[in-house]
Amino acid sequence: MNAVGRDQILPGLQPVLADLTERFGPRIQAVHPARANEIYFDAQMELVPGFCAQLYKKWNGRLVSLFADDARAEAGVFHLYYVFALDAAHGFFILRVPVSPERPQILSLTNALPAVNWQEREIQDLFGLKLEGHPNPRRCALHDDWPEVHPLCKDFELKTVLPPFQGERHKFREVEGEGVFHVPVGPVHAGIIEPGHFLFSVAGEPVLYLQIRLFYTHKGTEKLFENISISHGVCLAESISGDSSFAHATAFCHALERAAGLEAPPRARALRSICLELERLYNHIADVGAIATDVAFVVANAHAMRLKESVLRVNELLTGNRLLRGMARPGGVRSDWDASQLEALARRVRELRPEFESLVELIRDSSSTRDRLETTGILKPQIARDLGVVGLAGRASGFDHDLRRDFPHAAYGQVKFTVPVYSEGDVLRRMQVRIDEVFQALSIIEQLLAQLPDGPTRLELPALPPNAVALGYVEGWRGEIFHWIRAAGGGRLARCKIKDPSLQNWPALSEAILGNIIPDFPVINKSFNLSYSGTDR
Amino acid sequence: MFGILRKSLHTGIVTTRYPAQPAEVSSHARGRPEIDFSKWTDARAAVASCPTGALACAEAQGQRTVSLDLGKCTFCGLCAEADAAVRMTTDCELAARRRQDLVTTAAYELKPDGLQGRLVSLERGRAALEAVGAQLKSRIGQVLGRSLHIREVDAGSCNGCEVEIAGLNSPVYDLERFGIHFVASPRHADMLLVTGPVSRNMELALRKTYDATPAPRLVVAVGACACSGGIFGANYASLGGVEKVLPVDVFIPGCPPNPHALLQGILLAIGRVGLKSSGEG
Repeated sequence: MNAVGRDQILPGLQPVLADLTERFGPRIQAVHPARANEIYFDAQMELVPGFCAQLYKKWNGRLVSLFADDARAEAGVFHLYYVFALDAAHGFFILRVPVSPERPQILSLTNALPAVNWQEREIQDLFGLKLEGHPNPRRCALHDDWPEVHPLCKDFELKTVLPPFQGERHKFREVEGEGVFHVPVGPVHAGIIEPGHFLFSVAGEPVLYLQIRLFYTHKGTEKLFENISISHGVCLAESISGDSSFAHATAFCHALERAAGLEAPPRARALRSICLELERLYNHIADVGAIATDVAFVVANAHAMRLKESVLRVNELLTGNRLLRGMARPGGVRSDWDASQLEALARRVRELRPEFESLVELIRDSSSTRDRLETTGILKPQIARDLGVVGLAGRASGFDHDLRRDFPHAAYGQVKFTVPVYSEGDVLRRMQVRIDEVFQALSIIEQLLAQLPDGPTRLELPALPPNAVALGYVEGWRGEIFHWIRAAGGGRLARCKIKDPSLQNWPALSEAILGNIIPDFPVINKSFNLSYSGTDR
Repeated sequence: MFGILRKSLHTGIVTTRYPAQPAEVSSHARGRPEIDFSKWTDARAAVASCPTGALACAEAQGQRTVSLDLGKCTFCGLCAEADAAVRMTTDCELAARRRQDLVTTAAYELKPDGLQGRLVSLERGRAALEAVGAQLKSRIGQVLGRSLHIREVDAGSCNGCEVEIAGLNSPVYDLERFGIHFVASPRHADMLLVTGPVSRNMELALRKTYDATPAPRLVVAVGACACSGGIFGANYASLGGVEKVLPVDVFIPGCPPNPHALLQGILLAIGRVGLKSSGEG
């Protein structure tokens, strides 16, 4: 692990580090400060619950990613990585735990920390490490009828042709009682959306229980990253979740740059922030329209679609692609913008503000729309906290974090913006967070255009030393995106772990729907608008 | 109520005149790559730069065969950066009825230094494509009178294609002006618009959706993934394209195809229904 000196660790992290060192003593076997805000700890599995509890309770930390890495070739073991974000101290503490191939078991944290439920099960499926003490250790990433394979182990070939599936199909939990019936939906849905299966258990109108089954779009993405060059990896990162193409590709580039000890030049960072805000704009505007559609206010949606299209056209003018594809590059961005492109962007931003204001007014003036959205699909702050709900859904339920403010990346350190936070947690507030963020995004772009730094837009990415590791992060429009990489040498990666905010937020949907009626499910679902592909990969 | 009306009147008509008028794309847009085959001396750098294998070369018997497959191409433009013989055009309307129509193949004499010599043969899928384009134009009149119902099926896409397909319902592209509607059930559909490389976990659902669609039915593969597996290709979790599972009537290249490209592909597919008197899919 390429290290900085202990004295270079961020001042805010020093007291946390001192506390952990004092409390756990030699049970923390080693501390590697890889970067000023990214500190690795080596310890054995038995330390995990205590380490986690200390960071949660005393330092308001949160476990933002949990994943495994097959390092049997290099270290003779699997490694588990527990990534904690310390928002107030602006740093990441990463606990690395060895798991011996002779005793391939993981101590589950799910009972204490429901936020890691799916992540633990995914590790069990993809690496074959068995969960101990998990309340529901069933398959998740690989469906029940898959053969016993563990695709992220190094001895599994990417292009393995699996036999036809013959195993037992998924058995849902039984929900019984007088008048209880079930409504299965999907995986092919009625709208133009991604596939997933929802099983509603209903008594009369209200939903008693919702079981969500995903990973229909699992495409072996993380395995594929280990089999392609880094430059092709950027293209693949753009296809993790199409509506977040730029955010994912930028998080990937950020990880590469951090592993190489390189920082993108100021102008590139400004263009990155502008593109991230453009992505936020078109998605938020489309979602505001889609939420209106789901309560039958289609005129509002028609206006929203028109505005979304205008942003997509600016994206194309600036980057050659309507979804901003091809713009992200390690070391900066692909191309600079000339005066005419910058002027077109400035004009669109200038015109979009009153247009969007008028759309918001249209929705605000419709009392029947408000009536359908308010108190619908409430996600209580306490539940949001327990599930570790991130991004706009978290902010609508009182969870105040945003990587743009707490871990300034790209050019977010140079602009002023506020983070909207509401505590009601209903559909109306999830829409309101989007509306507020649209205006913030317009302001961020204007601020960046007014002070656009000169200079290069791209630096050459040096070769990564083998086994260099790094965490890249971006606050996408949906929430925080993490890419963690381990280099393999020769322009390749040994591991690329992708964490899309959707994976964290899906279980919240099952909570928000409870007690609501099925006809409100589409609007509740849309108010979260989670990515299936980003979850399933 | 009056506010809604006033805003609509104030906004006016925003719908594109496509296909009566050309696609409205920026001059910066990246579409089909164009290669100057006659002067190409070394394809290897461009081939190595391609993330999906859309550009590929093989050497045998003193010849190098280079192929460009638009069904795999994501229009990323890396090849144009690697090799001055490749230029990115803004062409986006590339739909084809046959998979092979998307492939151009050039064979060169191979020189001892690894460079390409004389161009021996050039088979342009593009030529077939243009012929189809002409057919399309003659048939648009008939097509407009039809009513077509579409069921969209995501068979493992990244959701980029869905972002653009959703745009077809916007007032800007307004698919309904052609009498074409998206419907909620395959039982009501004439056409399946399929995206994604077909993940193993979606194979069964895709087959069942197809079986539930009454004949005559059309299948349109949307985007590089559906056409060929795209950047995901075929692997333990991905089948590598819709054609591996269902007969495909029209392929729409792009990553994702923009709404113009989608419109062109859908209209092309309806032309085929006009040709067929009866139909299995």
